Amino acid sequence: MLTYVLKRVLSTIPVMVIVAVLVFLLLRLAPGDPAAVIAGDYATAEDVERIRTQLGLNDPMLVQLWRWILQLASGDLGTAIFSKKPVMELIGQRIEPTLLLSLCTIVFAVAVAVPLGTIAAWKSGSLIDRFVMFFSVGGFSVPVFVLAYCLIYVLAMQLKILPVQGYKSPFDHGLFTFLRHMVLPVLALSVIFISLIARMTRASVMEVLEEDYVRTARAKGQSEWKILMKHAVRNAAVPIVTVIGVGIALLIGGVVVTESVFNIPGLGRLVLDAVLARDYPVIQGLILFFSFIYILINLLIDLSYTLFDPRIRY
Amino acid sequence: MTATDPQQMSVDDVLPEKQQPSTFALMMRNRSVFWGGILLLIMAAIALIWPFFTGSPTEQNVISRLKPPSADFWFGTDFLGRDIFVRVVHGGRISLVVGISVAAIATVIGLFTGLLAGYVRWLDAPVMRVMDGLMAIPAILLAIAMISISGATLTTVVIAITIPEIPRVVRLVRAVVLTVRDEPYVEAAIASGTRLPAILIRHILPNTIAPMIVQATYICGAAMLTESILGFLGAGIPPEIPSWGNIMSEGRTYFQLTPWIIFYPGVALALTVLAVNIVGDGLRDTLDPRIARKMRA
Amino acid sequence: MTDTQVAAKTTGAAAATPVLEVRNLSVALPKGADRPFAVEDISFTVGAREIVCVVGESGSGKSVTAFTTMGLNPKEVKPVSGEIILQGEDLLKKSDAEMRRLRGEKMAMIFQEPMTALNPVIKVGDQIREMLEIHTDLSAAEQKERVLEVMADVSLPDHVKMYDSYPHQLSGGQRQRIMIAMALALEPGLLIADEPTTALDVTTQAQILDLIKDIQRRHGSGVLFITHDFGVVAEIADRIVVMQKGKIVEQGTRDEILLKPQHPYTKMLIGSVPSMTPSHRVEIDKRSPALIAQKVNKVYGGTGLFRKSREVHANKDVNLVVHRRETLGVVGESGSGKSTLARCIVRLQDPTSGHIEVEGADIATISENAMRPHRRDIQIVFQDPYRSLNPRRTVGQSIVEGPMNFGVSEAEADSRARELMEIVGLSPDALDRFPHQFSGGQRQRICIARALAMQPKVLIADEAVSALDVSVQAQVLDLLDDVRERYDLAMLFITHDLRVAAQICDRIMVMQNGVVVEEGETAKVYADPKHEYTRSLLAAAPGRDVAFAK
Repeated sequence: MLTYVLKRVLSTIPVMVIVAVLVFLLLRLAPGDPAAVIAGDYATAEDVERIRTQLGLNDPMLVQLWRWILQLASGDLGTAIFSKKPVMELIGQRIEPTLLLSLCTIVFAVAVAVPLGTIAAWKSGSLIDRFVMFFSVGGFSVPVFVLAYCLIYVLAMQLKILPVQGYKSPFDHGLFTFLRHMVLPVLALSVIFISLIARMTRASVMEVLEEDYVRTARAKGQSEWKILMKHAVRNAAVPIVTVIGVGIALLIGGVVVTESVFNIPGLGRLVLDAVLARDYPVIQGLILFFSFIYILINLLIDLSYTLFDPRIRY
Repeated sequence: MTATDPQQMSVDDVLPEKQQPSTFALMMRNRSVFWGGILLLIMAAIALIWPFFTGSPTEQNVISRLKPPSADFWFGTDFLGRDIFVRVVHGGRISLVVGISVAAIATVIGLFTGLLAGYVRWLDAPVMRVMDGLMAIPAILLAIAMISISGATLTTVVIAITIPEIPRVVRLVRAVVLTVRDEPYVEAAIASGTRLPAILIRHILPNTIAPMIVQATYICGAAMLTESILGFLGAGIPPEIPSWGNIMSEGRTYFQLTPWIIFYPGVALALTVLAVNIVGDGLRDTLDPRIARKMRA
Repeated sequence: MTDTQVAAKTTGAAAATPVLEVRNLSVALPKGADRPFAVEDISFTVGAREIVCVVGESGSGKSVTAFTTMGLNPKEVKPVSGEIILQGEDLLKKSDAEMRRLRGEKMAMIFQEPMTALNPVIKVGDQIREMLEIHTDLSAAEQKERVLEVMADVSLPDHVKMYDSYPHQLSGGQRQRIMIAMALALEPGLLIADEPTTALDVTTQAQILDLIKDIQRRHGSGVLFITHDFGVVAEIADRIVVMQKGKIVEQGTRDEILLKPQHPYTKMLIGSVPSMTPSHRVEIDKRSPALIAQKVNKVYGGTGLFRKSREVHANKDVNLVVHRRETLGVVGESGSGKSTLARCIVRLQDPTSGHIEVEGADIATISENAMRPHRRDIQIVFQDPYRSLNPRRTVGQSIVEGPMNFGVSEAEADSRARELMEIVGLSPDALDRFPHQFSGGQRQRICIARALAMQPKVLIADEAVSALDVSVQAQVLDLLDDVRERYDLAMLFITHDLRVAAQICDRIMVMQNGVVVEEGETAKVYADPKHEYTRSLLAAAPGRDVAFAK
């Protein structure tokens, strides 16, 4: 068991290296000069050259890549050009809102989507099923910011029951104020996540309900509800958990937009600020940070399979 | 051993020539494909034809700034007095162009890569690790970064949206190839001396077409959404082009005052993507083989 | 059990009131199916202490009969008339809740695939216990005690420890014992078994059949046993019901049906059962070997540094020779390596080491490119006729593909294909059709035609008749033997079925765990097996002592 965990943990290292190389290549091979971008529209040729040297952009590509990998290996995501702060430090300052927003969204989405998808599968073809399916297609069709503004318009501007925007840390303002400010962002952000998980849950439970062992349970005289609870959900768990992991990628994109709409000072805003300021190392460092988070979450999900399925052994 | 003559029949006795309905007929019989298709056709027709009958989407009218929707301005006007309806109608073209180009490019590249990864054993591991890596990079962030470096043009936006979609196609195609590769009919072809290119084209490629069409539809919808998000964040197509994302981006500042600037383009976008996704679901139900169905929900 | 004993038992059983009585049952199929009724106006009984076999080919409605009784049919398949009376109660009049109570308590079912019939994520003991949870008020401890009792009753080794096992940790036979234990937990009056041994190896099958007989005797339940296999029928049945296309064509005691069938369909079916007595074969000229394999090894896994322990030796130093016009049978159970051997010889897999000589060339370890010219000499027919033809290409395109790879002109390949269609008993006009328009047996004929189109020297049949109904199987076997003779083929015939092997093989080779344990002329091996494993295989063949009516 322990060796398996260790092996899986170690196997993420090559993926992380690949990600680092890919990010490096995609940003470096994209036409355009990061130095010129950083220098801005009114910079002189000397300004650009100075930044090029400062960033080491004049070195051969492979040297730059090697330096970048070494730097990452020592846990350094880079240094911001303007504030001169390490990217890790910037992330530390901004991570709380993003982390809390994401956690609330995941918990809420899973709590809503899994029962919804299960019931839809159980009563497949029924009104509930059609509603769930339509909701999930719809969820994939509305951009998160449109949804966010619709929610703001109805709940904050017309009904005035929730604040329009802003973030209040639970550590400074208490849980209630925090949650009041979280409701709208979480609702907006979770819709696409709910759609994703509900669809997968439905598909997966429906498939399990076709399995021979469900027929065996019926042959035992087991009731349909117990069959669902005892036999179906657990067997359907692996694809559901997997899709939650894949959905993290969607969530990260959504976080950037949501933080922008609701004016939440998290990592998403940090990204956008860096883009506006053209702070190239911060952008690169943040992309990598989010990728690593994605890889780590999916590693945990891989390891969790053993909880659901005794056939998965090391 | 006795061969029993009454059982020995010619083909014609056993199974009459069954006329299988054509794939197109099957697709149309699916309600999702039908209604989604109609909605999509309407949205596309508006985007393609209507602009010829309207004024310019950039025409400014200082007198009628920030007007709410009315008989003159169906969707209201923005802070420069531009007619939102006209802008939305023109913006539809951009969304369709982005959606269709991203779907086409991602599908072609993904198909080729997936076929090779699935069939050429030594290519499989390296290609798939790169795809895993690509999947891990948050699509929107990568696109923002690439666009901010290369400059915002329609081309860079399309490329930046396409790259993160490729791994999904590759994984799907590879999964189909891996199951088909071991089918006895492929093995029979190998045993009768058929070469690799012919195996791929004759026996394997046709199996990937249906799931690819389904995937292309979903990608088309997702690409339109991503384009609007990039535009909204101010990192997409140049602001002078009236893409739906750009229109909505301009509505941000005045949202509390003039919610229609975001609302109407948002509805247009949602309806278009919805139509695409409904068609996608319908196609999935009619076309997808089991293996592909397992990979998506 | 001798025939007289069976007869005596049957008369005894008939006197008692039946456990199950099916009267004039008809079950409708949904619109668009190939016929209106899955079963039509069928009547039969199962007495207490009686095993009734319902036998028929695919599509006969035998399984629908079983599932209708249990109330487990899909919604679209509805009983429309008749009665199913289980111990005095008409099941077709019961509500869902009442049916749930009866299932498990009064009747229980064993399925074909013990692997998929068990929930992979629940311990097997708990899966048996679920039966008691549903139907009894016993405490958890009492339940567990009872579970262990039934597990011991079906002779599961080390059943206390096995209680906590998951299905994937058990063998096929053990899993089926778990299913039987589950069915027995509440001592139901009726046990329904749907092809319970079809997915098992022949030796395991024999044990499970013995167990079912033993259980039925000790517990006195009635058994409704669904099967397609007359060997199994001969082994286990007290009475036999023969079904064809949803109707019962004939029923009677075991001996009446097996030895003196009346209905032409029954006669045909029983006549098609291959005999265990090897057929007479013409002497082969042993001077012209077409295929020689020497010391063929195939090792799976084992690449990489730490995988040594996971190596699987699928073939170990296998030697064989097949002469022109000769059929060599390779017989073994699943995991014996017989299919791996076939695939190594056609080079769909690469042997790890060894020599394979065809037409004077050693093809064992040459590259794919060097192999291609030799591919025409050695062709293969696979087991599954439904997956052996590309569904998107016409039958004609499939047949001409091979010859055209070797430069044969389209016109010539086409005329060859037309000729071959006639030889395999199909109309040449059917070349333009797609595979889905053909039945399984016809597709297998097409596959044979495709192989022959290459004008091979060696033909490998890898379980080529195993997926076919018995009547079709007989025809395809005849066809294979016929083309072997017509084209001077050397044939390597891979099978798990000793009856089939007896009919077509000149010599046979018995494989176990990748090793050839015995080889010799078929008649000699069957009459006087030398190796212990061969003896156990032959002893396990169901119905081996019965001379079926011809």
